[in-house]
Amino acid sequence: MSTADRLPRLLALVPYLMSHPGAQVPEVAKVFGLSEKQLIDDLQLVWMCGLPGHTPGDLIDVSWDGGEILIDNADTIARPLRLGVDEASALLVALRMLAEMPEFGQRDALARVIAKVERACGEGAAAVSNQVAVEVDATPDALPVVNEALRRGRRLSLRYYVPGRDEVTPREVDPMRLVMVDGRSYLSGWCYRAEAVRLFRLDRMLTVEMLGVPADPPAGAVPDEVTPGVFRPSPTDELVELELTPAGRWVAEYYPCERVEELGEGRLRVALRARDQGWLVRLALRLGGTGRVLSPASLAETVRETALAALRRYESVS
Amino acid sequence: MSRRKTERLLNLVICLLATRRPLSAEHIRQAVPGYDSANDEAFQRMFERDKNELREIGIPIEVHKDPWEEDPGYRIVRQAYELPEITLEPDEAAVVGLAARVWQRASLAEAAGGALLKLRAGGVETDEAGGVLDGALELRVDTRDPAFPALWEAVRDRRAVRFPYRAAASESVLTRTVEPWGVVSRRGRWYVVGHDRDRAAARVFRLSRISGPVTPVGRPGTVVVPEGADIRSMVGSRDDLAVQERVALVRVREGTCQGLRQGARAVRPGSGGWDELEIDFTDPVWLAGWIVGFAADAEVIDPPDARDAVICRLKGTLA
Repeated sequence: MSTADRLPRLLALVPYLMSHPGAQVPEVAKVFGLSEKQLIDDLQLVWMCGLPGHTPGDLIDVSWDGGEILIDNADTIARPLRLGVDEASALLVALRMLAEMPEFGQRDALARVIAKVERACGEGAAAVSNQVAVEVDATPDALPVVNEALRRGRRLSLRYYVPGRDEVTPREVDPMRLVMVDGRSYLSGWCYRAEAVRLFRLDRMLTVEMLGVPADPPAGAVPDEVTPGVFRPSPTDELVELELTPAGRWVAEYYPCERVEELGEGRLRVALRARDQGWLVRLALRLGGTGRVLSPASLAETVRETALAALRRYESVS
Repeated sequence: MSRRKTERLLNLVICLLATRRPLSAEHIRQAVPGYDSANDEAFQRMFERDKNELREIGIPIEVHKDPWEEDPGYRIVRQAYELPEITLEPDEAAVVGLAARVWQRASLAEAAGGALLKLRAGGVETDEAGGVLDGALELRVDTRDPAFPALWEAVRDRRAVRFPYRAAASESVLTRTVEPWGVVSRRGRWYVVGHDRDRAAARVFRLSRISGPVTPVGRPGTVVVPEGADIRSMVGSRDDLAVQERVALVRVREGTCQGLRQGARAVRPGSGGWDELEIDFTDPVWLAGWIVGFAADAEVIDPPDARDAVICRLKGTLA
């Protein structure tokens, strides 16, 4: 936290200490995201402040003997500052998104809490939060079963579609966590086929069944970290260069590219990595005249041969 | 911010909150440590800056101008400053804890974190781990587009903006001036909806196609969102892909084209190692883009325009 945020922090710290008398230094430091040393420094600063006059009787009284923090004589700033528009909106937009997910099952709590937060902030924030919306994809059919298995700690059996390889594979998965990224649902779990933690998109589960077996992922397995994005080619995958016309620019919007270079008149040169050659060939065919493979040459040749074979099929019939 | 300045500002807040009657600048200068050593001019500058900084973090400073007083008076009205009493039930606290962790990028993540901290400071026990939700659910919303923060501010401040924009499949970048009504995330993409001044009509822009900085135009508070404007339906209904008007007949090689089979309305075993699928579609070009990826394993038999669209796509690849 930068020093510019220090005053807002102090104005939250004092009320926090008032409402949690006897709180411990490590615990408070954690809540405020500070080191213990930084927290003590904050307490020392607060201790120098108080009502005009600044006689000992006017100053805020803070002690942290034995790590137990006690505060007194701070009634003027005993309540935190009101929520700002950004703060209230950030919370409200997220709460409204949750309220759109019936499967989330907390509708009632959400309605109550949204009303409370709206009351606790000005009208302005409530208005802004209505102008920002995160839509949630339609509930995937698999969700109720996945939810149930997560709650009861049971193994799942699924038929899963992998578009990259155009394959449907049966899998047994120990569910670990349900992850929603930008309105789309994924299951993070231990996959016995891959013998690793995998992320499964719920709308690609063709069938899903809860087994009578308890979920038992290996002790060291951690749910996939989804923050860097869910489409994650490995750095060892081959780098492919494409040239795109304006009508093919969507590729740069949909897939993470390592390089994007403007060539003028809306044309782009992009470099991306993909785990799967089949996926790349499909992408190139889909682009048709709106994009072509620059390198590697072997991929360009495969695309060409594949397109020729497909075209022959059409021409032989007609 | 230096430690001395933080101290001075904290003392100023306490002073202005503690007073019932508005205080003149001169009075404040005597009462708040840190101002006393400055000369008149330096004090004026300091006091102006301090007031602005307090307002920036959302502290409402009231200014009184009484006709019989020469100098204005200042105070902070407790009711306008304080977070109202708020208590949350355990299930409510759990969803607030979850909601506060949704945002992935600095601006909103910090704002949500700040809100959570204030609620906790106010005695609300929010549940970091999600409590009743058991940590089995994680939600993430990413605002990765560089244009997002500026558009959020513009919507918040009801202010028009200007930005360079490349429409889908367009060769050129045009400058657009827009009165933003709202921003919407749909299927992982952010859109801004508003009145396009140059087109004199409502328009939707995808944030990923904004190709440069978003700059404010004109004064804050000037954008009026029309009564009844439904920003979400302007971006498109989420079911719009479900309404397909036509049916294509497609032959696929046995054991291949799993993706097509899953999306088909009907699958019939055919002869000679080929199956027949019926696939719903509206736009032949869209259908061709999907089917062409299966190359020689799939062939559109009917209708002719969809068949031609695939052939055209293949010839494009070979051109």
